[in-house]
Amino acid sequence: MDTLIAALRSLLPHDSVITDPVRLRTYECDGLTYHRATPGVVVLPGTAEQVARVVRLCNDFGVPFVARGSGTGLSGGALPREDGVLIVTSRMRAILEVDLADRRAVVEPGVTNLAITEAVRDRGYYYAPDPSSQQICSIGGNVAENSGGAHCLKYGFTVNHVEACEIVTPDGDLVTLDRMDPGYDLLGAFIGSEGTLGIATKITVRLCRAPEAVTTVLAAFESIEQGGQAVSAIIGAGIVPAAIEMMDALAIEAAEAAVACSYPEGAGAVLIVELDGPAAEVERQFAQLEEICSAAFELRVAADPAERAAIWKGRKSAFAAVGRISPAYIVQDGVVPRTSLPAVLAAIDRLSAEHDIKVANVFHAGDGNLHPLVLFDDGDPGAGERAEVVSGAILDLCIEHGGSITGEHGVGVDKSRYMPKMFSADDLDTMQLVRCAFDPQGLANPGKVFPTPRLCGEVPGVRKGVHPLVESGKADQL
Amino acid sequence: MVTGGLEGAGVFGEVTTRQAGDDDAVCGVRPRWVALPETVEEIAAVLRACAERDLAVVPAGGGTKLHWAPPPERCDVLLDLCCMNEVLEHAAGDLVVRAQAGVTIAALSAALAGEGQELALDVPFGEDATVGGTLAAPLPGPRAFRYGTARDLLIGITVVLPDGTVARSGGKVVKNVAGYDLGKLFTGSYGTLGVIAEATFRLHPMPPERRWVVAELGGARVPAVAAALAASQAEPSAVEVDRPDPAGPLTLAALVEGTAAQTRGETLRELIGPAEVSGEPPSWWGQVFGDDVLVEVRFPASGTAAVLDAAAGCGLSLRGSPVAGRVLLEPGRELDEDELAATVSGLREKVEAAGGRVSVLAAPCQGVDRWGHVSGLPLMRRVKERFDPGRRMSPGRFVGGI
Ligand SMILES: Cc1cc2nc3c(=O)[nH]c(=O)nc-3n(C[C@H](O)[C@H](O)[C@H](O)COP(=O)(O)OP(=O)(O)OC[C@H]3O[C@@H](n4cnc5c(N)ncnc54)[C@H](O)[C@@H]3O)c2cc1C
Ligand SMILES: Cc1cc2nc3c(=O)[nH]c(=O)nc-3n(C[C@H](O)[C@H](O)[C@H](O)COP(=O)(O)OP(=O)(O)OC[C@H]3O[C@@H](n4cnc5c(N)ncnc54)[C@H](O)[C@@H]3O)c2cc1C
Repeated sequence: MDTLIAALRSLLPHDSVITDPVRLRTYECDGLTYHRATPGVVVLPGTAEQVARVVRLCNDFGVPFVARGSGTGLSGGALPREDGVLIVTSRMRAILEVDLADRRAVVEPGVTNLAITEAVRDRGYYYAPDPSSQQICSIGGNVAENSGGAHCLKYGFTVNHVEACEIVTPDGDLVTLDRMDPGYDLLGAFIGSEGTLGIATKITVRLCRAPEAVTTVLAAFESIEQGGQAVSAIIGAGIVPAAIEMMDALAIEAAEAAVACSYPEGAGAVLIVELDGPAAEVERQFAQLEEICSAAFELRVAADPAERAAIWKGRKSAFAAVGRISPAYIVQDGVVPRTSLPAVLAAIDRLSAEHDIKVANVFHAGDGNLHPLVLFDDGDPGAGERAEVVSGAILDLCIEHGGSITGEHGVGVDKSRYMPKMFSADDLDTMQLVRCAFDPQGLANPGKVFPTPRLCGEVPGVRKGVHPLVESGKADQL
Repeated sequence: MVTGGLEGAGVFGEVTTRQAGDDDAVCGVRPRWVALPETVEEIAAVLRACAERDLAVVPAGGGTKLHWAPPPERCDVLLDLCCMNEVLEHAAGDLVVRAQAGVTIAALSAALAGEGQELALDVPFGEDATVGGTLAAPLPGPRAFRYGTARDLLIGITVVLPDGTVARSGGKVVKNVAGYDLGKLFTGSYGTLGVIAEATFRLHPMPPERRWVVAELGGARVPAVAAALAASQAEPSAVEVDRPDPAGPLTLAALVEGTAAQTRGETLRELIGPAEVSGEPPSWWGQVFGDDVLVEVRFPASGTAAVLDAAAGCGLSLRGSPVAGRVLLEPGRELDEDELAATVSGLREKVEAAGGRVSVLAAPCQGVDRWGHVSGLPLMRRVKERFDPGRRMSPGRFVGGI
């Protein structure tokens, strides 16, 4: 490591290489704080060329590297390696180009998601994917996680809004992947690869025209079943709202305690439905929506942006808010087909009762993306373990119902052990072919996404003894 | 089972196989057998048998685009997916459909229409074109401007690799970030990585109304009008232009879908000038010219004027979208190989100067540079090597001779 650090210092400006143990520790985890590791060394490159040089050096030394944006990831994707280099993009924060004629912006990877929208909002445009962490998270992190947001029901995910990426490949080449180029859709494969196929150093995003009208509705129901029926009826009526979000009584209680969002009292569930588009269309759909939500005991419609923000406030604060009603909690992320929501929610209730662990449900109801918040008291011996069991059982439920173990937070280190439950060995081996094509040395964010990475020369199907990557300390057996 | 000749007997076990005829040739390369698998397992059995005997394979759907792309270096087996023609699951409440690769687009559309839903792709020749072929050789249709292309609507895929391995990625939920997205890799792979066996798509509700705003327009006005339409809050789903005669008039048509389509169509008309608002598309909407020679140009919106000029200058008919930055071009007359090569390189020079890219989708000859420079080519070669180390899947049919 010392010779590597010396070499890094000769490549980069002096203040771009961090070795001070106290400063290193600030990078020891991402948003998933129970996985921690102190990075061997941290670098803060200022240019793509510098990133490429660092990666080439890692190749020369056979040392793994991990990219990090803003560290808001919730699956431990940016968990550093003690024997590796952490490449942080926080000095690559320039918006290089905004071109409204082409409806696109070219940005460096460290630019925050919201900064893009802020740069174009006053001209009537915005960047559509809107993760709740958008004030902080980086666009590079969004690309790596294929992040979504409340509005991806109608507008899609990061992958649908990125036109091109310049990447540093795991062997240190600068390559541009552009949707316009003929050939395999490597851009599509790269987005969502969680930093395991290289590092994005420049990203071209698509900008959207702001809709003419936005109507935000808060509907309060006595029960979660009624809320769920309304969701099905909305979709059944052929309406695709920009967002359909749901919160259950416990989540509402938490939000109330944290931000006093004054949702209707006594609600068993609230639904936030946002319609947007041409004014005439939104008006028509709102009329349909009122009818569909006839079971709601209260229907609030935001009259202006301030009221809209008030409706969203409770939802957007939900994760942090549960801290007010529980000393500790696990944020889960799973997906089920929308029509399975009632059955899955009932099953979560049963799990909760069985293990005496409360679960607050907040979710992107429109696309069946659950974010159960599994609450426990970390002072209570055994509670943490029971919460883990409930949290894991929820993922099993998602798989059973034909869903996914993650809708937006990624696999990272946290869920790699669930991958074999969702995919067969052949599926995973086939994904490894992509990995090996990009990263034959296995240096880019190793140990993430896949449970036991196979060395790229290995023949599938014959695994004997201790895995060589494990033996050499390059991977952990999970 | 082998019909029409016994040469292939036993090679493919129980899989229905027949001797190939002249009609089965792919760009002049005649295979020895045509295999007609009926299940994913049968596809795998055929590919395993081919792997053991080093036989080269070209997958085929409806055969509407088999003559696109260069001829295969070799082809022993045409893997015809026409028997894989089942819509496996239409979960209407989830707006999701799973279908086998050989299902025709027309059959799929009919099944979905029963529930008031659609797959928002505009595939010409839908009677013959299949799900697998549409994924393997996708072209953006008019509504790609709003809904994206096949890769944006695909949420899960089952593929069979050249060694017979069956692999799935994605699933049947729209929101899903677990693992690599093999669907992206196989979409647009022209049969060179493996065989697409099944696909799952996200669907959209069928719009209650549709209106087309159609006008004849001076070519010089297209960039400004297209920019205004793209930025319009009346939200057109598509904007297409058609100029069959390179020196002739140009027609522009914009589509609005959803509710209040008439009102929104009228709003768009104000941006265009004298135009007709109609419930029917113009006859050329979403159709291909002849496709003996077909050139695709992709470009940023700011390159629209340059692309229109370049097409006219090179004597090419033009049809496509100035808002999505994609047009198809066809020579107005028959060109010999040298003329075609010169036309393509002249066009490419002008288009690339405007930030765009030129690909030759179909050409009856070898001497044309079909793709130009591709930045990711070394990585693409590495992907091909991993998936198809024996170069047995449609060898030579894709970028860089992949
Ligand atoms: C309160 C809260 C709310 C959230 N809400 C949402 C939400 O609504 N939707 C959603 O999708 N996510 C959400 N997230 C998760 C998280 O914000 C996203 O995953 C985000 O995209 C991570 O960005 P980041 O810059 O923080 O990345 P990091 O956490 O730094 O890194 C995430 C992953 O990306 C890789 N990476 C980072 N930069 C690059 C790069 N330039 N090139 C290649 N790989 C790179 C890392 O190696 C790591 O694997 C939320 C998180 C929090 C804390
Ligand atoms: C003007 C125009 C507009 C178009 N619009 C759209 C559109 O809106 N959306 C869209 O998606 N497409 C669109 N297309 C693309 C076109 O419709 C498809 O390429 C067509 O559907 C091919 O289907 P097929 O079954 O006839 O394929 P074939 O002609 O049989 O095969 C085409 C290619 O795919 C390979 N292939 C076929 N099946 C498989 C398989 N199962 N696995 C692996 N490889 C396979 C073949 O080897 C061949 O290289 C458009 C095309 C044109 C010309």
